Amino acid sequence: MAVVETGAAPTPTVGIRPRKPGRGEGWQRRLPLLPALIYTVVVTQIPFLVTVWYSFQNYFFNVPEPAHFAGFSNYTTVFTNAAFRGSLVRSVVMTAASVIVAMILGVLFAVLLDRKFLGRGVVRTLIITPFLIMPAAAALVWSGPMLDPNFGLLNWLLEPFGVHHVAWLSTQALPSVIVVMIWQWTPFMTLIVLAGLQSQPPDTLEAAKVDGAGAFATFRELTIPHLRPYIELGILLGSIYLVNSFDAVRLMTNGGPGTSTTNLPFYLYQQVNFAFNVGGAAAAGVITVILTIIVATFALRLFARVFQFEEAGV
Amino acid sequence: MTAVTLPPGQRRVREMSVRAGWGVLAWIVGIAFFLPVLWMVITAFKPESAAETWPPQFVFTPTLAEFHLVFSGMGPFLTHSVVATIGSTILVLLLGVPAAYALSVHPVKRWRDGLFFFISTKMLPIVAAIGPLYVIALKAHLLDSVWLLIILYTAMNLPLAVWMIRSFMLEVPKELLEAARLDGAGRIREISGVILPIISPGLVSTALICVIFAWNELFLALNLTVTNAATMPMYLISSVPQEGLYIAHLSAAATVASVPVILVGWIAQRSLVRGLSMGAIK
Repeated sequence: MAVVETGAAPTPTVGIRPRKPGRGEGWQRRLPLLPALIYTVVVTQIPFLVTVWYSFQNYFFNVPEPAHFAGFSNYTTVFTNAAFRGSLVRSVVMTAASVIVAMILGVLFAVLLDRKFLGRGVVRTLIITPFLIMPAAAALVWSGPMLDPNFGLLNWLLEPFGVHHVAWLSTQALPSVIVVMIWQWTPFMTLIVLAGLQSQPPDTLEAAKVDGAGAFATFRELTIPHLRPYIELGILLGSIYLVNSFDAVRLMTNGGPGTSTTNLPFYLYQQVNFAFNVGGAAAAGVITVILTIIVATFALRLFARVFQFEEAGV
Repeated sequence: MTAVTLPPGQRRVREMSVRAGWGVLAWIVGIAFFLPVLWMVITAFKPESAAETWPPQFVFTPTLAEFHLVFSGMGPFLTHSVVATIGSTILVLLLGVPAAYALSVHPVKRWRDGLFFFISTKMLPIVAAIGPLYVIALKAHLLDSVWLLIILYTAMNLPLAVWMIRSFMLEVPKELLEAARLDGAGRIREISGVILPIISPGLVSTALICVIFAWNELFLALNLTVTNAATMPMYLISSVPQEGLYIAHLSAAATVASVPVILVGWIAQRSLVRGLSMGAIK
């Protein structure tokens, strides 16, 4: 980082003391960072350290017996537990499906919104609204007024197509939950891709047009490569949020029927709130964190690349 | 290219109709996407008996009965939500502004590591630590307290705010900072006199993003609060009874709970992208 030091110029007559990056200077620089840094370390790291500790303890809320050392038994339980593995797989499926579909829709919507038409601002506003609605409200409105088998709007809309009173949440639980996640996150992808489209230099597109390139060829050869970092950023940020999806699962299907929509967040919630199994949940949590760190390492590298691209592009 | 062979007048007509076609398509998509929200608002104005019918009723006598019920029932939930949201947002700004300054204007040596530390905390799934978090909160006598939500929501939004505020600070013209320094301004005056006035619109949009996430949060609230700090999303859950008709009531509650954030988001549309991309997209 090139910080221009004014005092470096040989003008001793002016009464400015050059700031030398000495020891005091280093602390002056660090001081404003410390409160936020210490706060974040304390609030976000300590719970995880405690999680590691509890993962080696036998500890149930509902048993008066205090926590005691249990070795690796929590871990062996978790690893041999089909419910944990299942919820892990469902988390991956839910996240991947919703992020990918939301991104595809996002690109399509962004292309639509990139054109000039009457009421573009209004349509844009309509499209971003699902992202703003409270996730708990979205989940409950979908499960009741929208998807109810007896009076839901969706069944009514689909009736002309031969669909009769489908009980979506019991027969198509996983797709239903994923649809709501897609519905909430498509606006996010749309906004990010739209920003990418609008940052495209118009003269390149003009030049392509003059050269006789068709609209589709221009889109494939120029626009898609230009959008790539935006798409990567959208997928990355979307995954960070969607992998923690809890509201839709808890409020639409409560993890069911059976465990068909139980993802990792919901599984851990159940372990703590209904099985009172702090140790077991902690061990599952530690494994989750380790898996996350592996994924996040790649994600962070991607992040660094995208942001460098952005800062160089200014 | 078939269009080339057409006479100019016809060509313009064709171009206009193509443009209109895209516009119509965009409107259809927009309305389809908005439909569940619209249906929620419509249902909220129905009497309960008109909300659960087949086929769904589109013509009915609107009533405010369910809204009255919601307004009389949501009091404490609303208070907790407002306190947790505003409290955490203020704390985020108080911690985030100096931190962003130390990572941009006069950066510390390892500013890049600092930035990535903040973002990495967003990637740690908070759900993984929920059991121990419960135990810690219990031992610290913070369980079911709005303070706990303020503390946690601050940590949740701080990384995002630091990245975002930093991106605004990077845009402050270097010459202005130089000039202030030549006038003998110290660090504090540099922040309060030069930087803050310039980035204040950015701070507002940062605050709005933090408000959206804090207001909508359910997982932590559901796990760590019961009655003394229960927030609006939990009020929504409580509006779904075990039996009986509830669809109109639920819709009214969902509308009331969502409207503040929807309005904030509509107003902040322009800066939403920047905030959600943590300042990566200008």
